[in-house]
Amino acid sequence: MTDALTELLATRDWLLADGATGTNLFNMGLQSGDAPELWNADEPEKIRALYRGAVDAGSDLFLTNTFGGNASRMKLHAAESRVHELNRLGAELGREVADASGRRVIVAGSMGPTGEIMAPMGSLTHALAVEMFHEQAEGLKAGGADVLWVETISAPEEYKAAAEAAALANMPWCGTMSFDTAGRTMMGLTSAAMVQMVDKLAHKPLAFGANCGVGASDLLRTALGFVEAGASLPIIAKGNAGIPKYVDGHIHYDGTPDLMADYAVLARDCGARIIGGCCGTMPEHLRAMRAALETRAPGPRPDLDTIKTRIGGFSSAVDGTEADSADAPTRRGNRRRRET
Amino acid sequence: MSDEEEIILANLSDDELVEQMMDDLYDGLREEIEESVRILLARGWTPYDILTKALVAGMTIVGHDFRDGILFVPEVLLAANAMKGGMAILKPLLVETGAPRMGKMVIGTVKGDIHDIGKNLVAMMMEGAGFEVVDMGINNAVEAYLEALEREQPDILGMSALLTTTMPYMKVVIDTLVAKGLRDDYIVLVGGAPLNEEFGRAIGADAYCRDAAVAVETAKTLVARKHNQMTAG
Repeated sequence: MTDALTELLATRDWLLADGATGTNLFNMGLQSGDAPELWNADEPEKIRALYRGAVDAGSDLFLTNTFGGNASRMKLHAAESRVHELNRLGAELGREVADASGRRVIVAGSMGPTGEIMAPMGSLTHALAVEMFHEQAEGLKAGGADVLWVETISAPEEYKAAAEAAALANMPWCGTMSFDTAGRTMMGLTSAAMVQMVDKLAHKPLAFGANCGVGASDLLRTALGFVEAGASLPIIAKGNAGIPKYVDGHIHYDGTPDLMADYAVLARDCGARIIGGCCGTMPEHLRAMRAALETRAPGPRPDLDTIKTRIGGFSSAVDGTEADSADAPTRRGNRRRRET
Repeated sequence: MSDEEEIILANLSDDELVEQMMDDLYDGLREEIEESVRILLARGWTPYDILTKALVAGMTIVGHDFRDGILFVPEVLLAANAMKGGMAILKPLLVETGAPRMGKMVIGTVKGDIHDIGKNLVAMMMEGAGFEVVDMGINNAVEAYLEALEREQPDILGMSALLTTTMPYMKVVIDTLVAKGLRDDYIVLVGGAPLNEEFGRAIGADAYCRDAAVAVETAKTLVARKHNQMTAG
C-alpha cells in the first residue's frame, strides 16, 4: 500500500510545505505560556484558520498543531492524560481542511522533541521516549494524519526513538532536525552524520532534513551538506524567515516574502524536494515561495558564496562537514586515558 | 603507548595528578575525578585549592572547547557530571572551612515561556563551574523572581526565553528591579535562542550569553569584577 505523500512525491518535482505555527497562533491571540495543543479542543475554528492559511497560500502539505503534544511537554500544563485526544483532534481538523481544499493536500502529524535530555547524560530512557512518541503517533493516526512529521530534534537518540515509535504505530514518517549550533544540532550532529544515521534506521523516513535553526542561509548550507554526504532519500528544507530582531519593543523576523521566495528556489537548486518555512513564515511568505517555485526555472546547485550573496551570510564559518580542511576545529589531542 | 598504559592515580605527583584530573574531566570520568579529589585531600590540599586549581580549571578548558565548537552538549554534560562527583565530596568541607564561594545564581525561564532545555544546560554548566544554582523552572512571573531574589540573595539573576513573544518579558523584570531600586544588587544575565547582544543591552541586562559556556565565563568575570569593586569601595 502506498501512502499519500509517496504518491504525491512521485508526481511532483517539489512540494511546498507550510510555515510557522506558533507565530500565526500568537497573532490569533494565543497567550504566551499556554499550550497551543489545547486549542485543538477549545478553539477548533482558530486551528482550522491556521491550517487554511497554509492551504490557501498554496501549501501541498501542512503540519498539525501538535508539536508539543507528547506526555513530557503536556505535563507542564497538567494535560499529560490528554495526549491521545489532543493529537487526534489536531489531525482531525487537519483532515477536514485538507479534504475540503479541492486538491491533494497532505496532513502531516507534527511531533516535536520531548524537551528532555536522554540517558546517559539526562534522565529520559530510550524505552520511555519511544513510549511517549508512540502514544502521540497513535493519536495522530486515529485523527487521520497521512504521515507523521518529527521535527526540531537535536539528539540522534531522540530521532531514533521517534523512528521506532512510527514503526510501532505502523505509520510512514518524515523527520527533520534543527541545526542551530555552528551548523550542527545542539547535540553536535553534523548534516553528514545525520545522513549516515538515517541510512542505518530500520524504519526509514519517507523524507528527512532540517527545520528551524538559524536563518535561511544556514539551512541551505545544511541541505547542501545532506546532498554532499550522498543522501538518497528526499530532502526537506524548512527554514526560518530570517533572524528575529528587536525593534521598538517588539520582535520581528527580518525575512521578507521576497527573501523567502529566493530561499525556496535556492533550496530546490540545492536538492530539496519538500520546501517550506518555519518560525516567522506567514501565508504571504508561502504565497511568494509558491509563485517563485512555479515561475522560476531550476538552476545549478548553488555554492556557499552564491547563497551568501543571494540571501545573506552564515552564523558560523564552518559547519563540521569540513573535517579535513585547515579551518576545522580539533579536539585536544593526545589525551591520556586510563585503562578501562 | 600512553593510551594503553594503566594510570595509577595515587602514584602521580601533585602536578601530574592535577593534569590528569583535567583530562579526566574532559573525558567525563566521574569515578576517577572522585578518586583524585580524595587523594588530594589526603595529601593535605585545601578543599578550595582542589576546587579552583583542579576542577574549575579543568572545566574552563571544557567550556572553551564548547564555546569554540569542538565539544558539544553531550560531552559537556558528562564533564559537568564528573565535576559534580568531585563537588559532592568538597561541598561540606568548603562550608566547614569557610572557603570563599564562587557565587550563587537564581535562574528561571520567564513568564509565558515553557522551553527549558537551554536554561537547564546553563544551570548544569554553572554548577559544573562551582556556582551554587537555584533553578526556578519555567514560566516565572516578575513576582516569582522578586521572591526568589529576596529569599536566596544571589549574586546573579539568570533569565531565559526561547520565544520571540516572551523575550520582552525580561525587560519587564529588569524594569521592575530598577523601579524597586534593586537592579544594582544583582548581575543580570539573559539568554535564549533568538536573543543577541543588542537585545541584552536594549533591555538593560549586564550581558547576553550566547550559550552555556559563555554564561559561565561571563558570570566568572562579572562576579570577580563585583568583588573587586566591593573591596575597592
